[in-house]
Amino acid sequence: MIRLEDLTKSYETPQGPVIAVDRVSFEVGSGETCVLLGPSGCGKTTTLRMINRLVAPSAGKIYLAGRDTDTVDPVELRRGIGYVIQQIGLFPNMTVAENIGVVPRLLGWDAARRRRRAEELLALLALPPGAFADRYPSELSGGQAQRVGVARALAVDPPVLLMDEPFAALDPVNREAIQDEFLRMQQKLRKTILFVSHDIDEAVKMADRIAIFNAGRLVQFAAPDEMLAHPADAFVASFVGRDRTLKRLRLTRVREVMTGADDGSGDTNVPAVSADDDLRGVAALFLESDTESLRCIDAAGRVIGIVKRSAVAARLAIDDSR
Amino acid sequence: MTTAALAVRSRLPYWVLLAIALAIAWALVASGLADDILHYRKDIVYLTKQHLFLVAISGSAAIVTGVGIGIWLSRPWMARWADGVIQAVNMLTSIPTLGKLALMMSFLGIGPLPAIVGLWIATLLPIIRNTYEGIRAVPPHVVDAARGMGMGPRAILTRVELPNALFVIFAGVRTAMAVNVGTAPIAFLIGGGGLGELIFTGIDLQQYGMMLAGAIPTALIAVAVDFLFGQAQYWLVPRGVNPLRNV
Repeated sequence: MIRLEDLTKSYETPQGPVIAVDRVSFEVGSGETCVLLGPSGCGKTTTLRMINRLVAPSAGKIYLAGRDTDTVDPVELRRGIGYVIQQIGLFPNMTVAENIGVVPRLLGWDAARRRRRAEELLALLALPPGAFADRYPSELSGGQAQRVGVARALAVDPPVLLMDEPFAALDPVNREAIQDEFLRMQQKLRKTILFVSHDIDEAVKMADRIAIFNAGRLVQFAAPDEMLAHPADAFVASFVGRDRTLKRLRLTRVREVMTGADDGSGDTNVPAVSADDDLRGVAALFLESDTESLRCIDAAGRVIGIVKRSAVAARLAIDDSR
Repeated sequence: MTTAALAVRSRLPYWVLLAIALAIAWALVASGLADDILHYRKDIVYLTKQHLFLVAISGSAAIVTGVGIGIWLSRPWMARWADGVIQAVNMLTSIPTLGKLALMMSFLGIGPLPAIVGLWIATLLPIIRNTYEGIRAVPPHVVDAARGMGMGPRAILTRVELPNALFVIFAGVRTAMAVNVGTAPIAFLIGGGGLGELIFTGIDLQQYGMMLAGAIPTALIAVAVDFLFGQAQYWLVPRGVNPLRNV
């Protein structure tokens, strides 16, 4: 869906050329979320901004759905790509509905259709249209404003979304909530998303693939579990942190390590877990008690299997033969 | 707060003014000066038209050119020069308006033309400055979002930059028009005509009725012009960026 080939950006400065992005190549499949991760100044935002031509590449190619973006007028290109930024950038002179209607208006939709679409998107993002459509951005909280920012990016249902640290300015509680909502929405919409972040936890949570950058180079491009289990080099290992094994717990569901139906070995003195939980809660229970296995229950409370301590350990063990 | 309450709040100064005006009118009638003033009513009508002509021509020319120059200075390709130009504009602003008119007279002779050009320049400067500063004060990330969504340069100017700068631009226009209306009587001194003719002649002849026959309409025009632009600012600036309408 999105393919970068040897994408490079260099700037001329009085001290000679500075290379901000150095021959970056990767491909993101349709419906996938790829998080561009790295410390500030690593080239991740510049890479993102080259995709919608807010920054002109010095060399290399970008293909969107097989089409070379050099051959498309930048303004036309941007109308077909959703764009969300950390500072949100809602237009203060327009109401929420008008903000969402900006790209539809550029594409010539009539007023009634723009209004319908705005109300539909507000409802999708859990903002009651009756209360929010005619507010101005100055009347929104940070979390509400960023939801509107996301709605605006989705207005003409673009297949691709570019998001530049969209949730970084929100407080932790709000950030978790909006991330969860966004993941739920993405399950339905299946957009192709490029998402810039400097937060490894956010990347692990949101990404199908992580592209980790250092000093303008792409140092590893992998699924989150793969990156946490097998960091490509010392930089990646230190960036993902020494607790990378703990971070992997989030990536595995209980049902993936669950065995058989209850054979009576599940410990009834310890709370049961649900098949759709991730392993963080399971690990906590194993650390709190010396039990060897937990009962796993379905929504109705029936025991449908057990989780063994050894199975969790085996899941997390790093297999060096890979 | 309801819009009705806001409307009452914004009109209050005008009610106060009306009360003062009625008190003055009563004092004039009581003292007999009113008859002196009304003696000049034909002159008042004729000179008021002339006065309004000076204000309207120089003011509207200044708004059009001032906003235009302000926009032009705010364009990216002007970034290198804009600061210098604004500095020069600020320096020109500090020349007293009477001096500007006198300079115009030495270039363009006497009559309405140098008066209009002089008023135009005096009015132009605050408009240029506020237009430029107003556009520059639009947050860069808002413009970045506009570009990233696929707005062209013209759409960014008309739908994002100008609406968000409009309150500041209007503030500049109101200041400028106050200067314009306040200076217009002086146009008489370089042969521009207008209500200054009654004011200055009345002073010279110590005819207070004649002086007031010029001064009162001048004051009324000043109040009316400010009211007009104040209302325009209130209603034309989008509510989301209009401090007068946000409580």
